[in-house]
Amino acid sequence: MEERSLRLITTSPLEALARTVEALLVVASAPLSLDDLAAAADDDAVRIEAALRLVGERYSEGRSGIVLEHVAGGYALRASREAARACARLFERPVQRSLSQAALETLAIVAYLGPCTRPEITRIRGVAAEATVANLLERGLIAEAGRDDGPGGAIRYRVTPLFERVFGLGSLAELPRLDDLGDDIEQIRERLHVVAEQRGA
Amino acid sequence: MRVSELELDLEAFEGPLDLLLTLVLKEEIDLVEIDVAGIVVAFIESMLGRSGAEDGAGDCDLGESDLEACGEFLVLVSALLELKARLLFDDEAAELAELEPEEAVEELARRLAAYRRMKEAAAWLTSRLEQEQDRFFRLGPAPLRPSIERPIDPHDPAVLAAAMRALATPPKTVSLAHMSLRYPPLEQFVGRFRSLLAKRSRFDFESELGDLSRVEQAVAFLALLELGRLGEIAISQAAPFAPIRVERRTRERSPAWKSARSA
Repeated sequence: MEERSLRLITTSPLEALARTVEALLVVASAPLSLDDLAAAADDDAVRIEAALRLVGERYSEGRSGIVLEHVAGGYALRASREAARACARLFERPVQRSLSQAALETLAIVAYLGPCTRPEITRIRGVAAEATVANLLERGLIAEAGRDDGPGGAIRYRVTPLFERVFGLGSLAELPRLDDLGDDIEQIRERLHVVAEQRGA
Repeated sequence: MRVSELELDLEAFEGPLDLLLTLVLKEEIDLVEIDVAGIVVAFIESMLGRSGAEDGAGDCDLGESDLEACGEFLVLVSALLELKARLLFDDEAAELAELEPEEAVEELARRLAAYRRMKEAAAWLTSRLEQEQDRFFRLGPAPLRPSIERPIDPHDPAVLAAAMRALATPPKTVSLAHMSLRYPPLEQFVGRFRSLLAKRSRFDFESELGDLSRVEQAVAFLALLELGRLGEIAISQAAPFAPIRVERRTRERSPAWKSARSA
């Protein structure tokens, strides 16, 4: 069985394309889209997809120390989870993994409502967002995305592909629906009325 | 110290505070562009400078007049800030002011719900981050990644050499002759016309000066106008583009002379 697959690697043209795709993923520093891969390999996207399936089988959890993943709208190689502890010992803990509550809330606002401005973030969170936004910018998790048309022309922000990569998201569509999150507005309204009555009493 | 005389050096404005206030009220300067914090810093710096100069010790022991200035300044700056905030959140301020208690509860509930949703989203991101804690990936380029050399089309070195040669050739000197117009002085033509009219009473402009250049003809025509202005000649033309006839004017026919005589 092992021999047979080895023989296949050397003969099938799709296998040759899979090896090219593998090589491209190794030299790339950011996820590569299907179009990127097709252009670099000088082949059509349908065949690239087939080659990616082969690469994905070869580089999957439990089979290899390197894993192919679909992330941030493209394909990228990462270390397998079983090698995570060794990787952690090799590197210091990456900075983007220790995010404060304020940073996470700000990220959530930018991810769901972006491109949005700092005043908009402030309005939702009720506290100044200056330092948090600067921190997220520095970490490369958000980036500037033009300016608002209103008075003052505040800078707008959006999340970056690095955000998707750090959170392991194929795209922003993988975020849970906003309507499924948080309390029902009816419950909040009721609670507000209760508080108002208590104060009045 | 008078607060209105506080000198400001901001990005969008430089000058005394009262001028800034006047410009803001006249809407000649956009308050949104003004850094109000900068005004506060300028005020505090001027207060510190004053107290330092007065007692030499640099402590902030404020006199009664300074306390008054501080109060005045606080009122002014808070008014400025309120104005700026209204400008920045124009619609929202108007909307909130008009809200009935029920509507205010509704608005508050809506905002709280929006914040709750984002808080939940942040919690989801936190748990996601924990799940993804053991995912390691490369962020920068591969350490030994070969540097990419972008291929270029083959080119003929002779073409490049020809282009270089063309650049190396000194350019032709450009004639500036047309830049300075050379023409005879007006007086020369005035003199010429006077002597001409001394000999005969009239002449045709074209027949006398037709062989001159355009510029010289133009100057000659100006000389003609000058003589006309002085009342020495009469200029007439039968029709547009017809020959210009120049005639000597006799003293007797001059209106100036007539009026002098009647007086």
